[in-house]
Amino acid sequence: MAKKAFNPDVDAPVYKGKYAPYDIIKEGTIAVVVVALLTVVLAVLFSSPDEKAVTIKTWSNATPMDFVATAMTELDGTSGTATYGPPYNNAATGQQVGPLTLAKWMGINVNVNTANDFVVAPLSTLADQPALTTALTTFAGASSAQRASWEADYSKALGTGTFSGGTLQVSATNAGPVPVMMSALTAMARSGALDQALVTAKGFYTTDYTKPLLFMADGSFLANKAQAQHLSGDQWGMMNETGSYPGQAWLWLYTMWYQVPPFSTSWGANADALVWAFMMILTLLLALMPWIPGLRSIPRKVKIYRLIWREHYKNA
Amino acid sequence: MSTEIDRQWTTRLRKTVVEKLPPDKLLPDTQPAYVASWIYVFGVTTLAALAIVILTGCVLAMKGPLWWHLSGTGHFVNSLHLWSVEIFFFAMVIHLWGKYFMAAWRGGRQLTWVTGVVLFLTSVGAGFTGYVSQTNYDSQWISTQAKDGINATGGGAIFNVLNLGQMLMWHIVLLPLAAVALTAVHVIYVRIKGVVPPFEEVK
Repeated sequence: MAKKAFNPDVDAPVYKGKYAPYDIIKEGTIAVVVVALLTVVLAVLFSSPDEKAVTIKTWSNATPMDFVATAMTELDGTSGTATYGPPYNNAATGQQVGPLTLAKWMGINVNVNTANDFVVAPLSTLADQPALTTALTTFAGASSAQRASWEADYSKALGTGTFSGGTLQVSATNAGPVPVMMSALTAMARSGALDQALVTAKGFYTTDYTKPLLFMADGSFLANKAQAQHLSGDQWGMMNETGSYPGQAWLWLYTMWYQVPPFSTSWGANADALVWAFMMILTLLLALMPWIPGLRSIPRKVKIYRLIWREHYKNA
Repeated sequence: MSTEIDRQWTTRLRKTVVEKLPPDKLLPDTQPAYVASWIYVFGVTTLAALAIVILTGCVLAMKGPLWWHLSGTGHFVNSLHLWSVEIFFFAMVIHLWGKYFMAAWRGGRQLTWVTGVVLFLTSVGAGFTGYVSQTNYDSQWISTQAKDGINATGGGAIFNVLNLGQMLMWHIVLLPLAAVALTAVHVIYVRIKGVVPPFEEVK
């Protein structure tokens, strides 16, 4: 069999030059010591950010009307989570890459029914409130058309609603049991009991905060706080953290696509799926670089290696 | 004729290992003279930073996920963890670009390159799961934002970024195991094949 021709982008020349002493253990030890010292200096100088987590309690106390408006969208099924689609529910198809409905194919594995999980079920845990118990029974026994009518009436009245002196004032006259439910849910939220009810629905021990996080993400409080700290998606938010810290700077390329057309404009509805698809392609190109003609020749052609091995070429 | 001992799996593994990676390759005392540039510092810096990341992570793990919010010492250890991660990524990215411009995959070193890229991705995952496991506002915001990206790929059905328990397990068990194993493979490849020689220039 004929010997394959030497390809400078694939094959390496056999080195016949000099060798120099090299103490790999000493080098490793010095590196660890230097990096450890540098880490200590940076930690002492700059510390690390730790902004307290937001709770539904803090949200509903700070902006009660935003909480009520959000809770209503959870009850009537118009919130971001209620209309999300997979993996939470089947209200939508989810994002697509062309004809590929990846999210739909993977199915609904994190089941969230906002009306029940965020409103009805937590309210059902409250004991000794006869008016609320009656309201929940009425709500449960009503047809979906009846519920929709009550919810529409309440949502309409919410625009002129107020919250003062610890009481929710919404002048909805044809909203059936909804006003009682919303007042009770608001009181529950402001006391901190809703935070607990949302995480302990499946038992005492919990490590899953999906439901309260989705609920809060549907409101404006979490996002307004992020906006004020320059953390929104259109502010390169996904790679940043609170304060002036570098954050996940290594996500710059991924985050960049969200800032530029067409991802930020005409492809907006499927931007997440398309950015991910695009990043997957770029990642594959990077991983398979040694086998991609053209791309693998760039280093040889741009000659930055001459700078790296300048001593070698000087002595050659 | 091979004996029964020669045919044993253990014997065959030992012979292969010794043949592919003899002690003087594993722990060399000389290097080719061309290995003389600052760019070579960033590989070992990445390794050193990984060691500090793991060490500080272990201290945080010993006291549990909420400790660092409640104790000054805990917060300092968290700061060490954060800054060692920043050094780790900084060094790794420079290492990656340096290796690209040296076309370091040449001479049968393709798998060294590929394991390096996979290591970079594993580290991005480890960093991300760390950010969403901080149990503070940053983790709330980052997880509620990132869910849309992961859900859009269908990944949300098996990888729920809003589930603290799941993210923390990935952060402190699965991804570190993968990162350490891949690092070992990557470094062993480097030791087996040696540092890529310079391009031969036609005069």
